[in-house]
Amino acid sequence: MTLTTVKARINGMDIEVPEGTSILDAARSAQIKIPTLCKHPDLLPTSACGLCIVKIGGSRKMPRACATAVEDGMEITTHDPELTDVRRATLELILSNHPNACLTCGRNGSCELQTLAGEFGIRQDCIPRYVRPLEPDSSTGSIVIDFTKCIKCGRCIQICQQQQDVWALSFLERGIHTRMAPAGDILLAESPCVRCGQCSAHCPTGAIVENDETAAVWEALRDPKKYCTVQIAPAVRVALGEAFGYPPGTDLTKKIYSAMRRLGFKAVFDTNFSADLTIIEEAAEFVQRFTTGGELPLITSCCPAWVDFMEKRFSDFVPNFSSAKSPQQMLGVLAKTYFAEKSGIDPASIYQVSVMPCTAKKFEVERTDEMNASGYPDVDLCITTRELARLIKQSGVAFTELPDGEADSILGTYSGAGLIFGATGGVMEAALRTAYFRITGKNLEQDAINIRAIRGMDGIRGASLDIEGTEVRVAVAHGLGHVERLMLEIRRARENGAPPPYHFIEVMACPGGCIGGGGQPYSVTNELRALRTKGLFDGDGEMKLRFSHENPEIAKLYVEFLGEPLGDKAHNLLHVHYTPRPAYQR
Amino acid sequence: MNTAVLPPVSELEPEVLQQIDDCVERWSDQEGNLIMILHEIQNHHGYVPRESSLLLAEKTGVPLARIYEVLTFYHYFRLVAQGKHHITVCNGTACYLKGSARLLGELESRLGIKEGETTEDRLFHLETVRCIGCCGMSPALVVDETTVGKVATTEVAGIIEKIRIQEDTHE
Repeated sequence: MTLTTVKARINGMDIEVPEGTSILDAARSAQIKIPTLCKHPDLLPTSACGLCIVKIGGSRKMPRACATAVEDGMEITTHDPELTDVRRATLELILSNHPNACLTCGRNGSCELQTLAGEFGIRQDCIPRYVRPLEPDSSTGSIVIDFTKCIKCGRCIQICQQQQDVWALSFLERGIHTRMAPAGDILLAESPCVRCGQCSAHCPTGAIVENDETAAVWEALRDPKKYCTVQIAPAVRVALGEAFGYPPGTDLTKKIYSAMRRLGFKAVFDTNFSADLTIIEEAAEFVQRFTTGGELPLITSCCPAWVDFMEKRFSDFVPNFSSAKSPQQMLGVLAKTYFAEKSGIDPASIYQVSVMPCTAKKFEVERTDEMNASGYPDVDLCITTRELARLIKQSGVAFTELPDGEADSILGTYSGAGLIFGATGGVMEAALRTAYFRITGKNLEQDAINIRAIRGMDGIRGASLDIEGTEVRVAVAHGLGHVERLMLEIRRARENGAPPPYHFIEVMACPGGCIGGGGQPYSVTNELRALRTKGLFDGDGEMKLRFSHENPEIAKLYVEFLGEPLGDKAHNLLHVHYTPRPAYQR
Repeated sequence: MNTAVLPPVSELEPEVLQQIDDCVERWSDQEGNLIMILHEIQNHHGYVPRESSLLLAEKTGVPLARIYEVLTFYHYFRLVAQGKHHITVCNGTACYLKGSARLLGELESRLGIKEGETTEDRLFHLETVRCIGCCGMSPALVVDETTVGKVATTEVAGIIEKIRIQEDTHE
């Protein structure tokens, strides 16, 4: 198929772009940036902000570049004194309905509106300010909405409704009264919100931010009665660097270990270790169900936003969910049992902080009573990658200059399989490597370790694998908006008494998986997601240890402490139950 | 925004359930059915109770967020039950010049609500209109179906009290 292209001129330069390309994108490909506050590369244009206006030919109209396709022969002007004037006036109008509170805002220094106000040299309030008084919503504990800072760009709503299919956020009322609010004007925690935080990752201003808990970390570190420990999730290590000027995807595991010790953590653990443990339990669960005719498909449950979504929307799949806890919770419970026992530390004094790419993990920490399986909260506090960057900057540690460090033994060693947990398809790939071993008694051959059939960025990816003559059908979905199709397919087969279309399914709520999580550094695009993903898979490829079941610390853990996978002790500490929940609490 | 409390779900439920079932059945295969169903619900109850919207979301698969987008976009739809007695202040030019703003202020302070709101006991609903065509009687009020003309601010308390006494004797 030949791609039809169109030829036009932008600011006097000849361009040729595929038919249907917006003026905004065409300009970008010609190294021209047109300002916009509503159009995000992940989203469809809505023409909400009015900043991307351009001129075409001699027309006096100023169409919006985001929503206007380049046509053959167009003479486009993106920047001239008049356009700059109009853009400045539009910005002034937006600012006149926006609080003048940059210094105390969660987006100070990373706000797109603040940046543009700076670039356009706005030095005074030209239009009297009116900010509608609206109470903030911090009901979820994961994300905080300050409705007064909303510029009605609609990004969060498009993300929440179309991309994530959650429908927690919407616009209410109309015209000048338009406001973004949780569905039907209730608190976010009472709505179908699953705390994925994609709204916060896409908001151009400080209207939606993660619940910043860095102060609580300092308080714990300063308390002499607390023995503070920390764990780092897989996806954090390939994204944190963006906050310190590293190229996206740079694996900074060892620098992060060093930084954690400098911050004052007494023990530094790695969530990759417990990802390996999750795989042992989950693969055992899969093999048990697969070989004894148990409930299939088995569906992964390490993503708390997905768990919440399933309990609210697809609760008929409760029996299909893996009962294995997520790596965050597994590490937490082991820190307060196994580690405490072996190190002779009173578990009551251990304060476990987790660093996650995710806002929903803050919610997972207290999701059910089973999150206190150690007798204490398994994880005391969860912060996101963005908060960790802030914490390191506050600490005065010159991050880029730090020498490499090591994690603590017994909860720190990991395999490549644990590392790739942070990307879509990674959990499935890690689980299959171990399931193959459990079924056949031997490892996948060197070139088959990379299960390429399930890698990639398509929203749903299915594959059929041959395990010594037995077919195993698997599927991977990421971005909650892709889940319904998959669930309906399974439900249909079940209703018709047909065999399940898949035996094993992995779902991650965020596009790209955890590397694209709602708590990761800002400005995410598919290109950035691909680089972070590459960081994880390259890391896996370079490791000698590629299988969770070959992690020596995991083997030791079972011998010394847990007993058998799916055994009594494992069951009590490492497994959970699920229950249907109402999507709306009122 | 009105603060009136919704009737308890248990009181509404069988009736609401039946009505939503009927509506969804009747409009199920027609495009744009959401607005038609919402109209029917409002015609029935005088407003669109939250319970109805929740049930409607469940029956039609339309997310509650979308239903509320529609409900709050159109001024026609009401989300709370209106008061039993309507007091309408005419704000047309003649009434305005004759001091309708003072009448409205007096009503607002005596009832403890703003224009467009309903009292917590749901006895009174207060609103304004541009002109009721009774300029000769300005400033005018419409109390339920009756137009009251040349109203002095000092008469407002009596108008409210009269309705309160009526209601008390009915009980």
